[in-house]
Amino acid sequence: MGYRPTIGLEIHVELSTASKMFCGCPNHFGDPPNSNVCPVCLGMPGVLPTMNRQAYEYAVLMGLALNCRIATFTKWDRKGYYYPDLPKNYQISQYDLPLSSNGYIDLLVNGQTKRIGITRAHLEEDAGKNVHDLPGCTGVDLNRAGVPLLEIVSEPDMNSVPEVMAYARSMRQLVRYLNISQANMQQGHMRFEPNISLWVFDDAEPDGGHYTPIVEVKNLNSFRSLERTVAFEIDRQAGQWQADPDGYRMDKMSKQNRGWDDVREVTVYQRHKEEADEYRYFPEPDLLPVEIDDAWLGRIKAQLPELPIARYARFRKEFGLDEKLTTLLTSERGTADYFEAVVQAGASPHRAANLIQSQGLRLANERGTDVAGLGISAERLAGLCKLADEDKVSATTAAGIFQAMLESDDPPEKIAQDRNLMQVSDTSALEAIVAEVLSENGKAVADYKSGGKKAKKARSFILGQVMQRSKGQANPKVAGELIDRKVLGQT
Amino acid sequence: MELHCLSIHQLAAELAKGQVSSCQATEHLFERIERHDPVIHGYLELQQDAAIAQADRIDKRRNDGETLGPLAGVPLAIKDNICVSHGRTTCASKILGNFQSPYDAHVIEALNAADAVILGKTNLDEFAMGASTENSGFGLTRNPWNPETVPGGSSGGSAAVVAADLAYAALGSDTGGSIRQPAAFCSVVGLKPTYGRVSRYGLVAFGSSLDQIGPIAKTVPDAALLLAAIASHDRRDSTSAELEVGDYLAEIERPVKPLRIGVASEYFGPGLDKEIAQAVRRALDLYESLGAEIVELSMPLNKYALAVYYIVATAEASSNLARYDGVRYGYRDRDSKDHIDMYSASRAHGFGAEVKRRIMLGTYTLSAGYYDAYYLKALKVRTLIKQDFDKAFEQVDCIAGPVTPTPPFKLGEKIDDPLTLYLSDVYTVMANLTGLPAISIPCGFSSAGLPIGLQLTTKAFSEELLLRIARMFEQATDYHQRKPKLQS
Repeated sequence: MGYRPTIGLEIHVELSTASKMFCGCPNHFGDPPNSNVCPVCLGMPGVLPTMNRQAYEYAVLMGLALNCRIATFTKWDRKGYYYPDLPKNYQISQYDLPLSSNGYIDLLVNGQTKRIGITRAHLEEDAGKNVHDLPGCTGVDLNRAGVPLLEIVSEPDMNSVPEVMAYARSMRQLVRYLNISQANMQQGHMRFEPNISLWVFDDAEPDGGHYTPIVEVKNLNSFRSLERTVAFEIDRQAGQWQADPDGYRMDKMSKQNRGWDDVREVTVYQRHKEEADEYRYFPEPDLLPVEIDDAWLGRIKAQLPELPIARYARFRKEFGLDEKLTTLLTSERGTADYFEAVVQAGASPHRAANLIQSQGLRLANERGTDVAGLGISAERLAGLCKLADEDKVSATTAAGIFQAMLESDDPPEKIAQDRNLMQVSDTSALEAIVAEVLSENGKAVADYKSGGKKAKKARSFILGQVMQRSKGQANPKVAGELIDRKVLGQT
Repeated sequence: MELHCLSIHQLAAELAKGQVSSCQATEHLFERIERHDPVIHGYLELQQDAAIAQADRIDKRRNDGETLGPLAGVPLAIKDNICVSHGRTTCASKILGNFQSPYDAHVIEALNAADAVILGKTNLDEFAMGASTENSGFGLTRNPWNPETVPGGSSGGSAAVVAADLAYAALGSDTGGSIRQPAAFCSVVGLKPTYGRVSRYGLVAFGSSLDQIGPIAKTVPDAALLLAAIASHDRRDSTSAELEVGDYLAEIERPVKPLRIGVASEYFGPGLDKEIAQAVRRALDLYESLGAEIVELSMPLNKYALAVYYIVATAEASSNLARYDGVRYGYRDRDSKDHIDMYSASRAHGFGAEVKRRIMLGTYTLSAGYYDAYYLKALKVRTLIKQDFDKAFEQVDCIAGPVTPTPPFKLGEKIDDPLTLYLSDVYTVMANLTGLPAISIPCGFSSAGLPIGLQLTTKAFSEELLLRIARMFEQATDYHQRKPKLQS
């Protein structure tokens, strides 16, 4: 007997449009409560919604990126339920005709490609927020009410925690690649709802088996809580099944909602779902159906950038970069674009990749921006790469110049010259220094010449002295060759 | 003729000549309202100061020789389910008893742009649900022709104040006949425009796919003038049509020739009052004498219209009225222990019986397991009814028939029998289900002296034609000129 986790994930993504889904209010996080509101998103008597075309296009773009079938005809539906943060007490959503369906996304999990089916992705409006930390009452902040929300529903195709995490992270990466959401977890731009059950099977009977009852966990708003929830549920359900192999099965128990307790790090029982929820869906009479023609779809398709997985494969092949560096460079579209621009401007891919990784990403992170936001143009960074490629500056010096370029608009070459950081590869200039060092360090020369145990250490010492005397500007390779020639008489 | 008896066109002429000022006309009406409205109770709220200030502004601008809007200085009344940013907008419901709208409806912006004067807000059945104005949370309205009878509904207040010359015209709203039926009961002209012709932005929703704002006026040309002022495309209403507004007045006096008028035999079946049948037949004879050809039609699906209407309208209403929960505005029960309790208590105390009945009906038909049998089937039949009308309009220019099955009934007569009251809408709901424009014009009186209306329907967005056909009848008759004797 054994079991295999079976997990599907619903993800809600807030789209980063300028205005809300059905009114002109700013879609902006962090403003004072109820400042981004109007009669429409407050659900005042007599108001009517008007569709935000940009949000619709963003959603279609995501549908295309998820290899979905894009519906040419869709409509809006009202989903009715009463809650204080839902001003109309119905949410405008899409019920039986989602704008996209039947897609998939390919993930890289432990070097293997795994395909996860996408059931559907549709648009709806977000609700507001109940504020519970007020004295003696609950407040309602409706700034978020009406923000465009994309709901992406996967097939139950994930079988492990790493697969769930790869899926969730890929979705985040994808919406950021498409530039349709900032996907900022702290601001609640992405929320997860995993559906978890175990497929329990007997190796002796390959056709037999059964599922444990499905558990749905709502409203997880961090990768950490998603990861822990899924891991916890897998263990919990396995324990339940082992304790009661005949009773703990989907055909004998109904679906259950549980919540994640972030403090105790456990899921907590909320309610059983005996039957389907009663939302009294019906077509929204205040909005016209949306019909996408080929021309409109074509214009949206044209905005589709190269997607992360394709870009990863191309970077590996085209630039010969290793997995780790490629993953790093393609994780954000801005980084990948910047890297390619630097290479385009004449840098060697490895030099550009290493400098972006070791300096660019680190500095950007420190400054809360991305590499392109550091203010170093691709051309200037390419200039620095070329200096290093041509041995005019050492790798260590290049890192220092990268930092200096943040404060100066001068070309890297000028920065290097002004600060006397250019390597001296000119043998005639170096010969004098080498001769001087050799004459002053007779013992080291002798040790080196002897070829004995101390030879290696002696050579390093001599080279160190040369570097010191040249104030670090000597090209170590050229200086080393010069020393070898002088001491050993090699040519 | 006395000042309050004038039509808008006549008043406008007097104002233009300087014979009378807008202030005089407005003040005159307020005096009349003070005298007669305590009996009729057509108004829920008067906006006297604002109205006189506006009239004064218009008079000054007129004296300064400024170009004024088409309704300059004309005092009008507004049904109280249309949002106006000053004063209250209550929908005659206790749940919105003190509600002040933060914005003006599209039609109010349009009336302001036309330089109209707004006298106040008129009574209605709560949230426009009813056919007698007895369902108002703030007292019933009486029919000026006989204060013991209902004025019809739900725009009963608007129809009554126009009939009683307490406003030169009014705006109503029509979801299943709420403009046309009270117009018929009060012997005034009531027009429901094509769905999408007038923006619904700011009309408190009852049945969103059926609702339409329209004019209630003393004459057909006045209705045309008012419609021209409020009809337009409005970006804020996705269902408003991006079509040019016709010039409804240019050719209104020119008879339509040739004219084929369709009459469905089904309209004259059981349930129709004899005197109404006779009046409608006489009206058709008159059209024939004016050169029209009367074509007998069969519209068998009409008998399903009322059932379809009450499924669609209540379903949409149950959702539209969900927002009245006491959380953000309106009546809130203060003694509740939690928010669920607050919802229940606020809605239980805030809504009247008829509104609650319709919310329950609508909630039921939208529920899982019933949706397909009720709502979805109703939508399909609605489509078939539309096709029936499309087919009819291949043969005729206009369809004529009664507006109501009975003359105005007595106060209290039907209020405890909702099903019988629902039957009042049997001839009017088709125009809402199909979206077609329809008008009610005075076509006679019963032996008891109560008004009878004639209903005319034409193709979608053909209000120009509809008004011309209605005007032909009006020119040939004097029913619209008769006035009720008011009590004070």
